[in-house]
Amino acid sequence: MELAFIIEKFALILVIFVISLTVAAYSTLAERKIAGFLQDRVGPNRAGPGGMFQPLADGLKMFFKEEIIPTESSKALFILGPSLALFTSFLGSAVIPWGQDIEIAGRQVSLQITDINVGVLYIFGVVSLGVYGIMIGGWASNNKFSLMGAVRAASQSISYEIPLGLSIIALLMLTNTLSMKEIAEQQHGINWNIFYQPLGFLIFLICSFAETNRTPFDLPECETELVGGYHTEYSGFKMGAYMFAEYLNMFLASAVMSTLYFGAYNYPGMDWVNEMTGAVIGPLIGMAVLMLKIFAFIFLFMWVRWTIPRFRYDQLMNLGWKILIPLAIANIVITGIVITIIDKL
Amino acid sequence: MNFWERLYLPAIFQGMGITFRHMFKKKETIFYPEVEREFSENWRGMHSLKRDEQGRERCTACGLCALSCPAEAITMIAAERQKGEEALYREEKYAAVYEINMLRCIFCGLCEEACPKEAIYLDGPIVPADYLRKDFIYGKDKLVEEPMKVQQD
Repeated sequence: MELAFIIEKFALILVIFVISLTVAAYSTLAERKIAGFLQDRVGPNRAGPGGMFQPLADGLKMFFKEEIIPTESSKALFILGPSLALFTSFLGSAVIPWGQDIEIAGRQVSLQITDINVGVLYIFGVVSLGVYGIMIGGWASNNKFSLMGAVRAASQSISYEIPLGLSIIALLMLTNTLSMKEIAEQQHGINWNIFYQPLGFLIFLICSFAETNRTPFDLPECETELVGGYHTEYSGFKMGAYMFAEYLNMFLASAVMSTLYFGAYNYPGMDWVNEMTGAVIGPLIGMAVLMLKIFAFIFLFMWVRWTIPRFRYDQLMNLGWKILIPLAIANIVITGIVITIIDKL
Repeated sequence: MNFWERLYLPAIFQGMGITFRHMFKKKETIFYPEVEREFSENWRGMHSLKRDEQGRERCTACGLCALSCPAEAITMIAAERQKGEEALYREEKYAAVYEINMLRCIFCGLCEEACPKEAIYLDGPIVPADYLRKDFIYGKDKLVEEPMKVQQD
């Protein structure tokens, strides 16, 4: 463990931390802007040019609001809930390969914080942890609405993690690795996994909507029935932490989908571009391409949110257990048969 | 519902197509403080106390507007016109204090119907927002029409 290694990792962590925070903050603005555009409005446009400083204003408002901790709540858990939600949503980005290795002063610097060989499993673990933040917060609030929201969140996550995992198995049969870095490298050029796993991607997409608690699966925070769902009792910055965690989860889910199915930092003609621009600018362009894919997914999340109404709870469970799980299993079987046939040919 | 319908996807894609088309439609927003929507002819806004052709206040402080007001938003104190004030007030009695509480007012227009002197009309702009309740009690300084420049020249 040399000094340069530690410095480069710390720099990378800092950069990714800042990028995640910025993206999450501006997602809130983008959400309101896109909601406006889809409804023939213009969205927030008063704070700064075109509303550019709206996230700052919102953040300040969150900070300066009074923090209310209900008397009958369990205080430690009440604080732990949003902290855990925020913490786990930051963890996932550690194994996302943000670009190819860049060369600084003769050193190969990896644009991935850590390349653990079970990267996909790590992400699944972290994402499932995220529901604990919601459950603990909902339980600690000592409020029936919060508890209902937390229960819904828990059962929804468990139901949709099964088809999520099953859709990934079909992908892993194709890639033969769990390392995010290797999966990204296999999709060189335009050899993206989406062309081999369209059904798997569709299942993964639907499940990630459910995992991030976004409409049409936002029953844990269903305003019409549960006031505010699991964050009914939260105010001020703790409420902000929950909201931030939601947008960070969306960012992470978009990054995972781009990496697993849409070729991560790969794009057609990348070899030519890398030769022309060198070993520093080239990978950075790749990183920009990945960011573009992530933004496209975030837009999709918002586009769907402002189009579709919320599912009813029984519809949600029917979709998860009776449709997505059989589809995912069928997808595994078909993938297995096709792989075997191609091997025998 | 058959299997394809139970997937919801065709309907969802259809809906997303509709919302996407709306992104490029003309925005309905009116940028309010800069641009104002066109008001209809019988629109009722802020009250104004009128002056007659010679620039004298028409109000004679009879109190019919305050009596007719269902929200009890109008209060007034009457005073006798003194010698030498004939150019200011048309009648022998006038309102020394005339206050309308804009938070109580429901803009029904009964005061302008009740007024026998045609002294009050709800033909002003939208009543602006403010921070304090006391600032919503409008006195004569805000209500009475500007004196007509032409008459004084």
